[in-house]
Amino acid sequence: MEPIIRIENLSKKYILSHQSQAKESYTALRDVITNKTKSVFQKKSIQPKTSFEEFWALKNISFDINQGDRIGIIGRNGAGKSTLLKIISHITEPTSGRVVIDGKVASLLEVGTGFHPELTGRENIFLNGSILGMSRREIQAKFDEIVAFSEVEKFLDTPVKRFSSGMYVRLAFAVAAHLEPDILIVDEVLAVGDSSFQKKCLGKIKEVSGHGRTVIFVSHNMGAISQLCNRAILLKSGEIFAEGKTSEVTAQYFMLNKAAAPLTSVNFSGPLSGIINFLSIKINDKDSSDVLYFSPKEELTFEIKAHSNTTMHFRTTLALFRNGERIMSMNDVKNAEEVSEGDFTSIYKLPSYFLRPGEYLIAIGGNDETTKGITSDWIWGTDLVCFNIMEEWDEKNEIQDIGVINAPYKAQRVL
Amino acid sequence: MANRVIIESGGKRKNYWKNLWSFRELFYFFAWRDILVRYKQTTIGVAWSIIRPLLTMLMMWFIGWIFNSSVPEGVPRILLVGAATLPWTFFSSSFSEASNSLLGNSNLLTKVYFPRLIIPLSTVVVCLVDFFISLSILIIVMIVLRFTPDSRILFLPIFLIIALLTAIGSGLFVAALNVKYRDFKFIIPFIVQFGLYISPVAFSSSLVYQSKKIPEVLKFIYSLNPMVGVIDGFRWCIFGNSIPIYMSGFIPSIVITFFLVILGIRYFRKTENSFADLI
Repeated sequence: MEPIIRIENLSKKYILSHQSQAKESYTALRDVITNKTKSVFQKKSIQPKTSFEEFWALKNISFDINQGDRIGIIGRNGAGKSTLLKIISHITEPTSGRVVIDGKVASLLEVGTGFHPELTGRENIFLNGSILGMSRREIQAKFDEIVAFSEVEKFLDTPVKRFSSGMYVRLAFAVAAHLEPDILIVDEVLAVGDSSFQKKCLGKIKEVSGHGRTVIFVSHNMGAISQLCNRAILLKSGEIFAEGKTSEVTAQYFMLNKAAAPLTSVNFSGPLSGIINFLSIKINDKDSSDVLYFSPKEELTFEIKAHSNTTMHFRTTLALFRNGERIMSMNDVKNAEEVSEGDFTSIYKLPSYFLRPGEYLIAIGGNDETTKGITSDWIWGTDLVCFNIMEEWDEKNEIQDIGVINAPYKAQRVL
Repeated sequence: MANRVIIESGGKRKNYWKNLWSFRELFYFFAWRDILVRYKQTTIGVAWSIIRPLLTMLMMWFIGWIFNSSVPEGVPRILLVGAATLPWTFFSSSFSEASNSLLGNSNLLTKVYFPRLIIPLSTVVVCLVDFFISLSILIIVMIVLRFTPDSRILFLPIFLIIALLTAIGSGLFVAALNVKYRDFKFIIPFIVQFGLYISPVAFSSSLVYQSKKIPEVLKFIYSLNPMVGVIDGFRWCIFGNSIPIYMSGFIPSIVITFFLVILGIRYFRKTENSFADLI
């Protein structure tokens, strides 16, 4: 069977300009003129102050996509995923190589592209639908469906600038979800919105792909990728690093993603750094060089090894950060207790279903409150290890319980 | 296959104009959006589209009256000025709106594919709507002053089309340049302001052509301005022989118009594939 998309030796080069003051990427006519004039008067072309660096966002990428394929494209930030999608969507042209596409493409690189804040929900459905490639008739035919999917019936005649961001995203995705292209390109748009709506969107994309449509899907959410895609491509600095069955490729992605930096004193600050040395952090016997993905069903055991250079009072603290916010702290002892010169280990246990799926960063440190009064000696280091909680749901950890954490609670109803 | 698309470096889309035609609905939607958005959250709304040209007309009339510029027999000054303000306002607004349209829609350029030509073209439609509103004001003034133009008025659309082509040609060229060189953000208002003085809006062309003080070279340069031809044409259509067209001046301005259209479209097509990277 002839592939629906053929990508042949695709490369894309960007020129990065390093200029001391001007950060703008656009050229000022002045510079062009002055440089041109200078080179007229001086035979030798003089070096402009700006230095240019070539950056290959994509290097010689080739692969085929067959009709009905659901391809996941994964990779770290800057691996070239978005550039690839932009080329396939015909937004930017490649530097070399080519893409042959046999079919109507609709790309969803952003939720709500072309939404105009002053226009009402109703007007924006038409505008956005048209921008995404629907005809007026198609939009009219699907209008009620779109409105029902978006759950914003009441606000249809309100300008979208008055919408909450959730409503905005729902309306925007509702329009996009009703596209009927041969090839649907989706870039990370599910990262927005609450999780129940995300689930609804994922279901819709699945449904769309069920009708023999081809889907190209970019996401950092491996759960969504594994649910949706039958094939995956892993990009690494502009090249294809792995390609094949989703489960195999996502495993490779995890391997790539490990934060392998060992703990050194550089990571820590505070008066106690150099006196207390943290040696290692292990989670469920895995250290930071392993793949740190955990199921919410397993208990998390954090093991911190440290070395003290003197005998002193100390309390080791472990904190979890998510999206830059400290969501919890754990102390190994209630008040600073004596540690003698040598190694000591702190162990913390946490049922992981308390944590919602996603990425967490670990910070560790500690202090000695006993020696000095209010200002105690301390040591602290952040962003040391990153681990992920996978999307697996059961009764302790339900997808519709939206929030930052899953706290155990008791509830009852009194009639 | 029917709709096979090949994307490659420097690749020109086959059937460029056919492809553009297939996106005509989006073109309407963009124009519709711009018209809708224009007067949102204003108290007097659409009334602005009447007040603006009316004020411009009155001001131009006032300037002409103060300087006592000559008016041909039987031609009310307000109409003489109005016949020039109309095409000039249309040209200047569509030129500047088209020139800035790509920057104003940069979020679309980097996220969705459609023929880029649609954006500047659709902004011109909005200006065209404004033009027709102003035209109806002028007609009302004519009725009030009991002024009846003769059958030459039927030629008016031709001059409107010349103004349209001039605006599109120069607008496309500057819009494409504006993506790369932001200097045009400052040049555009200057062109518009300067153009108002070198075009016969507050005065009439005969003042220039019949002047003995102005050397022939300057007269020729003056006639190269396409808007001179358009404005003279508008006046000729409305007032007839009392304001004749200077053919020696009209032909060069037509040539310039077509040159601008070709230049604009060619430069736009040459650069449009890199808009998303540069903007």
